[in-house]
Amino acid sequence: MKGLLRCPSTRIGAVALFAIASSCIVNSACSARGSKQAVRHITYWEKWTGFEGEAMDAVVADFNALELAHAKSDPAYVPIEVEKVTISKLEQKLLIAIAGGNPPDLAGNYSFAIAAYAHHGALSDLGPLIAKSNFDRSRYIEHFLRLGEYRGRTWALPIVPASTALVLNKRLFRDAGLDPEKPPTTIEELDAYAEKLTKWEVTSPSGEKHVESGYLPDVPATQKRLLQVGFLPNEPHWWMFGWGDFFGGRLLESSDKVSSAAAANIRAFEWVASYSQKLGVDVIKRFRSGFGNSSSPQNAFLSGKVAMEMQGVWIHNFVEKYAPGLSWAAAPFPYPADHPELAGTTRADADMLMIPKGSAHPEEAWRFIQFASTQAELEKLCLGQQKFTPLTDVSERFWAAHPNPSIRLFRQLAVSKNAVSIPRTEIWNEYNRELGNATDLIQNLKQTPASALTDVQTKMQAALDRDREIQARRQAR
Amino acid sequence: MSKARSLSHVNLRNGLLFCLPWLIGLTVFLIYPLCAALYYSLCDYSVLLPPVFIGFDNYLGLAKDPLFWQSLGNTAYFAAGSVSLGLLVSLSLALLLNSRVKALGVYRTIFFLPSLMPVVASSILWMWMYNGQSGLINTGLHALGIRGPAWLADPLWAKPAIVIMAVWGAGNAMVVYLAGLQDVPTSLYEAALIDGAGFFQRLFHVTIPMISPVIYFNVVLSVISGFQAFTQAFIMTGSTGAPERSTLFYVLNLYNVGFQDLRMGYASAMAWVLFVIILLLTWAATKLSQRFVTYDR
Repeated sequence: MKGLLRCPSTRIGAVALFAIASSCIVNSACSARGSKQAVRHITYWEKWTGFEGEAMDAVVADFNALELAHAKSDPAYVPIEVEKVTISKLEQKLLIAIAGGNPPDLAGNYSFAIAAYAHHGALSDLGPLIAKSNFDRSRYIEHFLRLGEYRGRTWALPIVPASTALVLNKRLFRDAGLDPEKPPTTIEELDAYAEKLTKWEVTSPSGEKHVESGYLPDVPATQKRLLQVGFLPNEPHWWMFGWGDFFGGRLLESSDKVSSAAAANIRAFEWVASYSQKLGVDVIKRFRSGFGNSSSPQNAFLSGKVAMEMQGVWIHNFVEKYAPGLSWAAAPFPYPADHPELAGTTRADADMLMIPKGSAHPEEAWRFIQFASTQAELEKLCLGQQKFTPLTDVSERFWAAHPNPSIRLFRQLAVSKNAVSIPRTEIWNEYNRELGNATDLIQNLKQTPASALTDVQTKMQAALDRDREIQARRQAR
Repeated sequence: MSKARSLSHVNLRNGLLFCLPWLIGLTVFLIYPLCAALYYSLCDYSVLLPPVFIGFDNYLGLAKDPLFWQSLGNTAYFAAGSVSLGLLVSLSLALLLNSRVKALGVYRTIFFLPSLMPVVASSILWMWMYNGQSGLINTGLHALGIRGPAWLADPLWAKPAIVIMAVWGAGNAMVVYLAGLQDVPTSLYEAALIDGAGFFQRLFHVTIPMISPVIYFNVVLSVISGFQAFTQAFIMTGSTGAPERSTLFYVLNLYNVGFQDLRMGYASAMAWVLFVIILLLTWAATKLSQRFVTYDR
């Protein structure tokens, strides 16, 4: 190598090569800087793919086109260009990017993530940006706006909300002699309907097989095979933590007090356990293991294995894609007969737009948030995603164009006083896992609801106290 | 003399220069993270906010944390099960494939192929095989008149199911055993045969002692990977380690604490405890190897 470099012609060649390579690097760096000067480029991380992602693509395209038009009419104006990047497992990757000091300028994330993000200083406070603009709070459904708030500050704004309702399979209702136009209104009615909608294949001692309805407590497990259930509290399993809300319970009494063992929550989980007692723990496990992914034709509701479910506004999209022709209806989720004030309880959460801490272009990101939050763009986005908007005003055009026949019901539930959301607490991930384990134990009849929920309350109160203590120590430094 | 010294200096410099990329890599990607994790294990640290020094609170917290002990127990169960079952299956396969039969290469390829499949893909495949209603395993058991369990949904069966699945990747160890077996001098078998030794006598008195260094190597590697089990449980039963936390492995618990709850200090303490456990187990295996491993010197 040394000998090679001693050769004058080789040395000249090497120097020339180095010079060419250096000039290429410098040129590319300059051109990159030049292109950055031509537009204000901002990166936007979003979690949605498929048609939901495409709906947001259309909003981004509108914004970029408007900015270019502005720059054309005013040559001094440097337009903003939003680049949307789809990221899987965004809630974790975003944190790592923020911690690494290289976050995107803007991010779309779930509302339940906001408290933990804000608690750990991962988000920019939108307050000063809101104060500088003509932000009208009354445009929004209050419940969804509050999802972006934590400890008195606004950290994110809602863009695509969702709510839940009871959905039912009309054909299975008719087959069981029930009127699908008269869905259950109380939990007690739901239980009675569920029994009628549960079907087994029974093998008689002579080996003959026939179908029977009900829970059949007198038929041994070896002689019956479950074909269809009316209702299962753990199908889908997404909101197992939150059944207490439908009985008037809350998981947090205040921001400093965990209340998973409140009487209403215990009552809710006793109701959950009653299904394990009626159907049998092992029977439910085997039956559920035959269900496919929720986004597939083997989805328990779409394939007719479960007649009634609590589902989100997106169920219409699933039906269209995986079970076209399925005759279904939606109704408010039933309430306990002795608590009529809980009628219309719904889980209402949202997708939010936020500016991560360390964003290089917070002003530009805020411009995009403002643009995406106009009624026209939100309606375009939410129509594309086949949901409803977080705004109080809805245009007639939106209702007329919406393909979901139950969209007005889902929105009506979201604006009711009984709209509930995932508790806004920094310990939510841990709390959710603890509740998941407690519901496992309750459903498997290994622990009573009172005991399991008390264990969760003790553990999570300690976690919250620990967190507050550390916070106090940090502030004291 | 001075010429020799200058030559040795040049050699040292050149040697160091050649080692430099590795040294930099070792320092930046191993020594620094190890030391940083040790420091953070003494802090409350969320990555996003400055660490707060809390002394040994994290380690004391671990001692009192039932989840720590449960996940350690689950991992020890998995490691013991997968190491012993893996050893048995891979060694048996290697012994079978060491014989002279037709199309031996085809058999060797077939048994090695599963180990080439990524863990995520094989986990999804096994999820279908373990399906309580229509899975291949329960369908087979049903044909034999056995009512199979709900496998991954049953707290009693979920862990054994993941242990059984670990045998799927026995092909790697099998190839190493096969190499070891082919290294055993045939003269030893001939001498044993002349002495009238049967199959099991030859296996326990010739084969196993002769490949004991290979067994030791495979066992140590399997214990290390067994204690780091994560992907199978994460894919098959979710990050909560359901059902009833029966598949909550140590690293899965560490991941939840670090990346979901942002308690990186606590997670660092967990990582250091795991490091020490693996170190102790490797030391114990090395000590045992002095008694049971025969080196052909």
